Amino acid sequence: MKKFIHDFEVTHNHHITDDYFAIYLKCPVALPQILPGQFAEVLVSNSTTTYLRRPFSIYDVDYQKNVLCLLIKKVGDGTSALSKLKQGDILNLIYPLGNSFSLPEGKKALLIGGGVGIAPMLLLAKLLHEKGYKPDVLIGGRTSNDIVEPEKYKPFGEVFITTDDGSAGEKGMVTQHSLFSENVKEYSVIYACGPDPMMKAVAKVAASLEIPCEISLENTMACGIGACLCCVVETIDGNKTTCIEGPVFDTRKLK
Amino acid sequence: MIDLSVNVHNLLLKNPVMSASGTFGYGIEFDDFIDVNRLGGILTKACTSKNRDGNRYPRMAETPAGMLNSVGLQNKGVDYFINTIYPKIEHYDTHIIVNVSDSTVEGYMEVAEKLNSLDKVTGIELNISCPNVKEGGMAFGTSCPMAGAVTKAVRGVYNKTMIVKLSPNVTNIAEIAKAVEDEGADSVSVINTLLGMAIDAEKRRPILSTITGGLSGPAIKPIALRMVWQVSKSVKIPVIGLGGISNATDAIEFLLAGATAIQVGTANFIDPQVCIKILEGIEEYCNRHGVKDIKELIGALDC
Repeated sequence: MKKFIHDFEVTHNHHITDDYFAIYLKCPVALPQILPGQFAEVLVSNSTTTYLRRPFSIYDVDYQKNVLCLLIKKVGDGTSALSKLKQGDILNLIYPLGNSFSLPEGKKALLIGGGVGIAPMLLLAKLLHEKGYKPDVLIGGRTSNDIVEPEKYKPFGEVFITTDDGSAGEKGMVTQHSLFSENVKEYSVIYACGPDPMMKAVAKVAASLEIPCEISLENTMACGIGACLCCVVETIDGNKTTCIEGPVFDTRKLK
Repeated sequence: MIDLSVNVHNLLLKNPVMSASGTFGYGIEFDDFIDVNRLGGILTKACTSKNRDGNRYPRMAETPAGMLNSVGLQNKGVDYFINTIYPKIEHYDTHIIVNVSDSTVEGYMEVAEKLNSLDKVTGIELNISCPNVKEGGMAFGTSCPMAGAVTKAVRGVYNKTMIVKLSPNVTNIAEIAKAVEDEGADSVSVINTLLGMAIDAEKRRPILSTITGGLSGPAIKPIALRMVWQVSKSVKIPVIGLGGISNATDAIEFLLAGATAIQVGTANFIDPQVCIKILEGIEEYCNRHGVKDIKELIGALDC
């Protein structure tokens, strides 16, 4: 897929919880097709302490208005600077980057997002729903602050929640949710994105149930376009770049 | 019309702007963003005799106005380059210069010899910052005898333009430049990355899997500029300048310091269109200063 570079204009910066915000960006031209799982490399324009671009999953797209949305968690200088952007500010993006989730064989899919890892799941839920699948979404986090916009997934399927401290949904880690002892076998595919230990745990469960599983990785990257080879992950077929051959990977191929 | 052409040995470059090895893939990666044919030349990713997987992840760290990398020369080897990659890039109407790296003199020779037959590869750039496994892993480029030896050996088997890319992790880079000039280098590129380190204070661990890595980006520009200036006063062969070039003004500074051409590296990650912006900025500078021929600026520093 062709990659583009454009100056987007901030139309809205929606602060969701203390650490999470969704920034809406208007493209000066018609947006190309963007697939679930793809990301954008964002040049932070209002920080004096960052240098490289920051990669973010594309959270939502409105092709009528040519607006795309990035869901971001404040974790450092770059993301803190982005949280301060206001309507009218300009942000340069290289997009759409990476591969995308593949569509399942059967009818039911389980989409798991841990904290800001929920970001690629909204577009995926929308696409699956459009194609006649039933995407159920499981959102996990440390506290209720990490459960971001769960209502957005309700039009498409069931929404499950876990928090480490029990402040929302079931208490525990995502793989401890009761659905894993009940109807998890009904799913023909599991998708996951979140902290590495979470994705490893999900992949293990999926493997034991022989359910195909795809995860989206967040390796540190410099160029985002397959030139520098910094963002590699080890697979059974050798090193693969998470920016071109990822960020979505079949867990059976990862080492 | 401004004449932007420069001569690096036998190579006539349409302009002094080239992409640096390791930052531009093989050119194809940038086709969506710029017309690669407009560049004076492209330096490919390092090519070694055998396939290399490279270092373990993590391979990079952001640093103030720069970054560290320890990619570790990941590439599929010279045979794969010749059979699979070269056919995809030989259409480019610009100089394709292959960066040659290895861990033994024999390895360098094998790669260079095989590249002789590729018509569109008009030159090679010897990356002598690689560790010499036969000398306990000391980089070839850190001593005059080692740098000279690898240059001489490759000169013996390679007939076209041979650029030697110098390591800045030395006490006296001009000495190294002279040593490779003496052994037949047609040009030197100054500089490769500087050895640096990054630590995650919360995890109390190094960020790179290899602990240390190569520093690049605007942070190194003053060192690169100084070394270009020192080297160009010590050798007669053309110097290609690189190290933190982010815009046309930087490029002009390197020319003034003595560089005949420049390479743009890390800046491509910030803006994949930067090479063209630099090219156009150089033209704008020449217009503004009444410079009719870019070669007037080479070494034109008033000091």
